[in-house]
Amino acid sequence: MTTTATTPVVSTPAAQARPLPRTRRRTLAPGKRLPASRLIGPGLVLVLWAAASAAGQLDPAAIPAPWTVLRTAGHLWSDGTLSTDVLTSLERAGYGFALGLTAGVVLALAAGLSRVGEALIDGTVQLNRAIPTLGLIPLFILWLGIGETFKIAIIAIVVYIPIYLNLHAALSGIDHRFVELAEVQGLSRVRFVRQIVIPGALPGFFVGLRLGVTGSWLSLVVLEQINATSGLGYLMFQAQNYGRTDIILVGLLIYGVFGLVSDSAVRIVERRVLSWRRTLSN
Amino acid sequence: MATHTEQLTTVEEAPAVRLVGLTRSFDGRTVLDGIDLDLPAGQFTALLGHSGSGKSTLLRAIAGLDHRVTGSGRLAAPERVSVVFQDSRLLPWRRVLDNVLLGTDGKEAAERGRAALAEVGLAGRERAWPNELSGGEAQRAALARSLVREPELLLADEPFGALDALTRIRMHVLLRELWQRHRPSVLLVTHDVDEAIVLADRVLVLDRGRIGLDLTIERPPPRSYRDPLPGGPSLFERSRELGGEYRERLLTALGVTAHQEHAEHQEDHQ
Repeated sequence: MTTTATTPVVSTPAAQARPLPRTRRRTLAPGKRLPASRLIGPGLVLVLWAAASAAGQLDPAAIPAPWTVLRTAGHLWSDGTLSTDVLTSLERAGYGFALGLTAGVVLALAAGLSRVGEALIDGTVQLNRAIPTLGLIPLFILWLGIGETFKIAIIAIVVYIPIYLNLHAALSGIDHRFVELAEVQGLSRVRFVRQIVIPGALPGFFVGLRLGVTGSWLSLVVLEQINATSGLGYLMFQAQNYGRTDIILVGLLIYGVFGLVSDSAVRIVERRVLSWRRTLSN
Repeated sequence: MATHTEQLTTVEEAPAVRLVGLTRSFDGRTVLDGIDLDLPAGQFTALLGHSGSGKSTLLRAIAGLDHRVTGSGRLAAPERVSVVFQDSRLLPWRRVLDNVLLGTDGKEAAERGRAALAEVGLAGRERAWPNELSGGEAQRAALARSLVREPELLLADEPFGALDALTRIRMHVLLRELWQRHRPSVLLVTHDVDEAIVLADRVLVLDRGRIGLDLTIERPPPRSYRDPLPGGPSLFERSRELGGEYRERLLTALGVTAHQEHAEHQEDHQ
């Protein structure tokens, strides 16, 4: 069939003149990643902002020029207020995040690896999740006072929930075929958990971790603007009273940088740890 | 012939696997119905059956994987049992060598792991990730993993079912060679009649939860696949010649008549 069909076609001059059809398919995967591509978008925003300010299109009282913001940041830094505020904020976010991470991981392991743990923990966490954490602020202030403890506690709660949910789902969703394999290979329970359950749950854990990191910054902003006497949010809150939009922008920029840096850090760790995965992103 | 009489004497000594009145049922449906079966040590047995005939259930029972399944009967199996599944079941987050070493300890095991990988033709791929392997390579790695444990009994649940025809032939040769070198008892579950005849010394047909046919495959020495007989056809060709008769008996036991099979062949050729 095939030979008889192709021979005459090739011999005709018309067929020879016709260009061969493209045989390679269009790829559906996005192309190669550009170097530092994540910075292009923010860079563009910055350029537009600077251009609009220089052209006098922006009201300096509403949106001061980038260089004004930078100068303000320099002043605040040199008189020492900014560094204190930044350190205070970092400390709060850091403690809250560490606490939330630990609690999320411990609870997820307990609930994901034992039926008793699941019965005790899972329902309780789901209940906790249904309550908006920021709604707990008044109660926590009464319980823990208006100091650092309650702020850290609120951040920890915001962080632990996504970490718990994702890790628990990943632990309980472990492929049944791998359980069977572990039985056949005679793995002890400890080894089964260490060599199969935990590595298998890591992708889910990283999803939760990234949500948790973002959550820690979000709750920090809210907490520091509601009731604090130091920290970035406090700085911005004060600036609002004096109509200093430039200081507010300094605070927002620092929050943004923190968020971007911490998310990138998690991504880098994730790529290292999950190097066995080959997905669209690499 | 000499090898064959040797095997018969081992049969009388101690079977590797003994099943007495083995019954298994799911939701009141009897899948295995009082099976009595001895698998002699070192024998290569194939288990044929339709899908749903209970062959996987039997294999899983011997492997000790049938938790929460109602059943009765006695079952004796060796301590060191390895299982090869239809999928290679390599852990994607462990490199090939670490997959092969799953559940073993120590430096000496690592050496055995390397040796096993070399034996299945994967020397040099120790540090590869499983998703860098082809289907055939992955299944070779799974074979290496089962060898490292030096099994007395090797259970294989349609291990070549997901491979292409050419890879499958090469895996047949490899499995047969490995069996000759290590001499575990092998129970190979398959739905492929030709695969059973080419590989096994004994073929069982499972039909409605019972052993419907127990067929010994006579195989001329030497028992190597690649070496041709001096001045004669290779063992593969010889077993193809001998195979015709076995094939017919097995197909009949499976409920496929010669007429049906002929019709299928004609469809293939059209």
